[in-house]
Amino acid sequence: MGKLVTALRFPDPDAAYVALVEARRGLTEEAAADLDARLVLILANHIGDLDVLNEAIALASQPG
Amino acid sequence: MAESAADRKVIYHYTYRRSPDQDARAAVCHPVVVVGAGPVGLTMAIDLALRGVDVVVLDDSDRIGDGSRGICWSKRTLEILNRLGIGERLLEKGVTWKLGKVFLGEKPVHAFDLLPEEGHRMPAFINLQQYYLEKALVDRADEIDGIDLRWKNRLVGLDRGNDGAHLTIETPEGCYALDADWVIAADGARSAVRDLLGLPFVGQTFEDKFLIADVTMLADDIPTERRFWFDPPFHSGQSALIHRQAEDSWRIDLQLGADADADAELKPERYLPRIGQMLGDRHFTVDWVSIYRFNCRRIERFVHGRVIFVGDSAHQVSPFGARGANSGIQDAENLTWKLVAVLKQQAGLALLDSYDRERMQAADENIGHSTRSTDFIAPHSPAERRLRTAVLLLAPKAEFAQRMINSGRLSTATVYDTPLSTPDENPFGGTAQLGGPAPDAPVSRPDGGECHLLDALGRGFELLYVADGARPNVPDGIEVLVIGKDLLDSAGLFADRFDARPGSAYLLRPDQHLCARWRHFDADKVRAAHRRALGH
Ligand SMILES: Cc1cc2nc3c(=O)[nH]c(=O)nc-3n(C[C@H](O)[C@H](O)[C@H](O)COP(=O)(O)OP(=O)(O)OC[C@H]3O[C@@H](n4cnc5c(N)ncnc54)[C@H](O)[C@@H]3O)c2cc1C
Repeated sequence: MGKLVTALRFPDPDAAYVALVEARRGLTEEAAADLDARLVLILANHIGDLDVLNEAIALASQPG
Repeated sequence: MAESAADRKVIYHYTYRRSPDQDARAAVCHPVVVVGAGPVGLTMAIDLALRGVDVVVLDDSDRIGDGSRGICWSKRTLEILNRLGIGERLLEKGVTWKLGKVFLGEKPVHAFDLLPEEGHRMPAFINLQQYYLEKALVDRADEIDGIDLRWKNRLVGLDRGNDGAHLTIETPEGCYALDADWVIAADGARSAVRDLLGLPFVGQTFEDKFLIADVTMLADDIPTERRFWFDPPFHSGQSALIHRQAEDSWRIDLQLGADADADAELKPERYLPRIGQMLGDRHFTVDWVSIYRFNCRRIERFVHGRVIFVGDSAHQVSPFGARGANSGIQDAENLTWKLVAVLKQQAGLALLDSYDRERMQAADENIGHSTRSTDFIAPHSPAERRLRTAVLLLAPKAEFAQRMINSGRLSTATVYDTPLSTPDENPFGGTAQLGGPAPDAPVSRPDGGECHLLDALGRGFELLYVADGARPNVPDGIEVLVIGKDLLDSAGLFADRFDARPGSAYLLRPDQHLCARWRHFDADKVRAAHRRALGH
């Protein structure tokens, strides 16, 4: 339990957020969803740990 | 150019013969009755007879070849069927293959090799129409004493007793009764035995429909590899597969989606152009065509007292991965030696619990894989499809995505996690796994003759001992093969695959699965492992 790091890891969190925002700026909702799907796969593989992935999915699945 | 030729179907007819049992005053009792002469029932019957147990096989039909079903036979299945005496016939007739390619549109996105290693007697797969495999099994059954194969004998009633079951069988000449100490339900996905016992067959039915066709065409320019397309130009938005079978026959799978109208799709004016678009301007003849929806399901337990389920009657999968008949044949081989040991009073009934456990593990693996494949091929929602598209688009750019593409994970043998295995005392490397089938390796006989390890094994428990001084004195019921004396590991591949050193000893079960291994021979340990593998 608790392998997922939720404490901040980016020295500059704003820059990370901006990178994600800029990647979708000007995209339609469809195209952004496609981008996100690819991004999720790339990042999930980079993490390469099913426990972490499952914890992340659980966190992301919590409504509002 | 295309035509449809229903008359090109290959069908073998067999004759119903009256059995003396039908004229007996009281129901005759047989030690084992197998219900169903499909690939699984026939495998079981042959294996039983070769192990000295007489068997009656009932089949409600009198012909083979009424449908186009299995084509891919896996290495482990071929090893089993080779032990039963038909390996060579199958290899000769079938098409050997091990390569596969996956395309997105026209672009190849992934290629795989299923047996990158040399030195195995059997290939990763052969393709052969299921009716030819069944024909080879029936021919083999005819060669062996002790198999009483009764065509046009339909099981219609089953009453279970303490020590067996009472069967009612319908024939063209009316019904008769039989008693059986053991009933093997090999009567397929629509199992009558399962219904008579009221056992629920639970799982998932997939929405999508698939057009499955066998066509004859001359196409030697198409390589012998499994080709699978997502969203091909000739069948937009769906998936497609083509695979060579024996005698210039080709298997074609075309996904039609959930809304397809099966009756309409089965009309030649509909399927001929569909297939034509795929095959371009080649001349082809359609020999078979059918529409399938796939299921992944199983019964909760396979052993029900004296009634035991094998093959599709126990579990069913979608065909992506070729896991149906292959796993059923492996059920049969797992059960046969255990049932024989029980019948010969070498083991107690507890041994049969291990059939349940080991083959339920296999069924769950197979259902898991084929469910994942089917979900990948036919996503359930636009959101799932989006994720799949992402995998396919990333594949040419990122290796990980290639490995996520799932057009069917092809059948491999299960490594049993089982109480029949004696846990390792020492670490072992190599590819041999405790609970798994012994890996094959090329070896030679002292007279210089070349053979393969699996060919050299007997039918019982076998101790492979790597020569280091005296020949070991093994307990009763075990045969010894000394590597370095009886068999020579000339290529060194036995040593590699078993991580063998002088003195290493490996105990194989009658189904060739590894159940114990040691760095040094110790008769007491071998005796204990042997007893354990017999469920004591
Ligand atoms: C399109 C398709 C492709 C496939 N491809 C593959 C593949 O490549 N590889 C693979 O391994 N598997 C494949 N399969 C699965 C494979 O065909 C089955 O898993 C296999 O036939 C199961 O064998 P079985 O002996 O258990 O049952 P079956 O083959 O169904 O045989 C059951 C037998 O029992 C008889 N029977 C039924 N009821 C009674 C009764 N009441 N009394 C007496 N007899 C009865 C029937 O007549 C039949 O002969 C495929 C299936 C499909 C549909």
